[in-house]
Amino acid sequence: MFEYAPAPESRSIVDLAPSYGLFIDGEFGEAKDTFKTVNPADEQVLAEVALASPEDVDRAVAAARRAFAGWSALPGSERAKYLFRIARILQERARELAVLESLDNGKPIRESRDVDLPLVAAHFFYYAGWADKLKYAGFGSDPRPLGVAGQVIPWNFPLLMLAWKIAPALATGNTVVLKPAETTPLSALFFADVCRQAELPPGVVNIVTGAGDTGRYLVEHPDVNKVAFTGSTEVGRQIARSVAGTGKRLTLELGGKAANIVFDDAPIDQAVEGIVNGIFFNQGHVCCAGSRLLVQESIAEELLSSLKRRMATLRVGDPLDKNTDIGAINSAAQLARITELSEIGAAEGAERWSPPCELPDRGFWFPPTIFTGVTQAHRIAREEIFGPVLSVLTFRTPAEAVEKANNTPYGLSAGIWSDKGSQILAVADKLRAGVVWANTFNKFDPTSPFGGYKESGYGREGGRHGLEAYLA
Amino acid sequence: MTATATSRLSGLPDSPADLRTFLHGLPGVDKVGIEARAAALGTRSVKTTSKAQAIDLAIRMVDLTTLEGADTPGKVRALSAKALRPDPADPTCPPVAAVCVYPAMVPTAAAVLAGSGVHLASVATAFPSGQAPLDVKLADTRDAVAGGADEIDMVISRGAFLAGDYAHVFDEIVAVKEAAGPAHLKVILETGELGTYDNVRRASWLAMLAGADFIKTSTGKVPVAATLPVTLLMLEAVRDFRDRYGRQVGVKPAGGIRTTKDAIKYLVMINETCGDDWLHPDWFRLGASSLLNDLLMQRTKLTTGHYAGPDYFTLD
Repeated sequence: MFEYAPAPESRSIVDLAPSYGLFIDGEFGEAKDTFKTVNPADEQVLAEVALASPEDVDRAVAAARRAFAGWSALPGSERAKYLFRIARILQERARELAVLESLDNGKPIRESRDVDLPLVAAHFFYYAGWADKLKYAGFGSDPRPLGVAGQVIPWNFPLLMLAWKIAPALATGNTVVLKPAETTPLSALFFADVCRQAELPPGVVNIVTGAGDTGRYLVEHPDVNKVAFTGSTEVGRQIARSVAGTGKRLTLELGGKAANIVFDDAPIDQAVEGIVNGIFFNQGHVCCAGSRLLVQESIAEELLSSLKRRMATLRVGDPLDKNTDIGAINSAAQLARITELSEIGAAEGAERWSPPCELPDRGFWFPPTIFTGVTQAHRIAREEIFGPVLSVLTFRTPAEAVEKANNTPYGLSAGIWSDKGSQILAVADKLRAGVVWANTFNKFDPTSPFGGYKESGYGREGGRHGLEAYLA
Repeated sequence: MTATATSRLSGLPDSPADLRTFLHGLPGVDKVGIEARAAALGTRSVKTTSKAQAIDLAIRMVDLTTLEGADTPGKVRALSAKALRPDPADPTCPPVAAVCVYPAMVPTAAAVLAGSGVHLASVATAFPSGQAPLDVKLADTRDAVAGGADEIDMVISRGAFLAGDYAHVFDEIVAVKEAAGPAHLKVILETGELGTYDNVRRASWLAMLAGADFIKTSTGKVPVAATLPVTLLMLEAVRDFRDRYGRQVGVKPAGGIRTTKDAIKYLVMINETCGDDWLHPDWFRLGASSLLNDLLMQRTKLTTGHYAGPDYFTLD
């Protein structure tokens, strides 16, 4: 057997301080109340981070409000300069930030290095290009920024979600108070340092770290004009309720239970790759993950044996090893949820399978898992697991595939695998999902709008569409 | 199609129409997807002990090749001597798998390689174009075997393949296989001329159904030679063929593989596509010439800790 020797990326490139304060008005404050952030791969504490109080959030919103007048008055071409500068610094510091992201989140360095960081920089470059062209974006001849944006982001792509939120907000002339997720605050704090390096005017970007209460206080703050949230449907619902009637603008990017549909004429080997990428990318911590595999019954057996063979080559382990395919589950709480739903799946009669794989003793780990014999009546076919767990269902005809794919409260993404162009177009047209991938999955690009139907949220991020959420 | 060929494996298509139906019924290949997969496998990091292991394995898989109009007995003798002792300064360095030459050079190489365990491959069948009558191709093959070649690298008639005359290609392979007798038959698909991945998959299955012991990417004589995605596709084909018919077929990418880094990418691809069973010179070869010296240079670097200049490695 050809074993790959350990190939760990060095963590010495990341200079972590023992404690981090809030970034408000261009300055890092002292951390008073704090909480710890751990490396999910070994449960070691990485740093202590300030727990923002309501007063801290007030200060941050006030700083953003003060900065708004000057920032929004800058010509677009001047704002673009800052964004381009930020994008370049992100590229220069890509390795450091990739290692940091893998440390705090648990995702494999291969992904933080090859997916997250390139997309983060690309997002800033893309929206930098829009800053001086807003008049021509199709939102009227004089589109105006909204004011202060309160943004709350999840832990699955900490820096990328920050980029999705901050880049369009700044390009359109808004100022920002952003709260990163409780378990992954570090890359946002490093981004604050990038803003200082880029000499962004104080108060344009403020980072407040904390838990759910901090986020709630931020989105309910009366001086916030715009709320952008990515996270669970449950929290999204609470936010929608609290924002209702306040005149605040709101975009929500919530959960998903995407159908990845494989037809009998699909390019099988590439479909298998797409299935693997769809559900095991980022440990399945992806809101648009292809967590429901719908496979045409006539090829189900053949496809599943190929899929299992492929899954046996997945390498689970140290996120910093360059050959790791699947890293650590982000938190004990998330691991508990994945474990619980998997147990429910087995109890409800679905057949569970994982390749033989050794999991590390410390840290939070879950093996890549598939459930076969799943029906629409199983909870694992309906609820978002947000982990490396795939539910496999079968269908007989294209019409049945569409029906089953749409039979979910969510509608964020979907995938179609077929060699027949006419079939791809016909099926894509009927799928109620914000993104439909054809013969690929989990492909992202800053020029492409992203967002959901139904309980997957509303509003679009990315592309020209992404500007609209930040313009009046 | 000949009866002898069709009886080799049970469940084979047994008429030209069946053969076409079979080949066109193989699953399609998505170009973007297969290229992305090959590129992703290319990012594996192979270091220290696994790199040392990979380099030695790659050396043992090299078909050290010279296929020039200017080949002379002297050149072929030198190449054959190098095949036996790639690194004269280091007796732990393994020999390569085979020497690959034109039929006219076979007796010369055979004299050097006799009894060494290093195989002697000869291109044949009007290499590289394959544009000659069948009896010429068969005579070419018999001559090479008579001269001492124990491996024959034949070319398929790409013209016939692209014209859709699969049965013609099939029958030619069967005939050459018969003419080659005990010699191992490698069938060169010349993937750079086939144009699409779907064609590469069909040609791979066609060659295997007709009795190929190895399928090989290229002659090295057209602009596009071995690529990672094409080799990945061929590895999938031999894997699936064995699942279906129980017979194992080898794979040989040839042309354009020049660096240790490239060679290791191929090994990683075998490892994660077909697994252990193909990680052996009996089942995987690298058709190359300049690659060998780069492998030797990296091998020396791993043992001594520093790079030696090109003059410390022998000319072929």
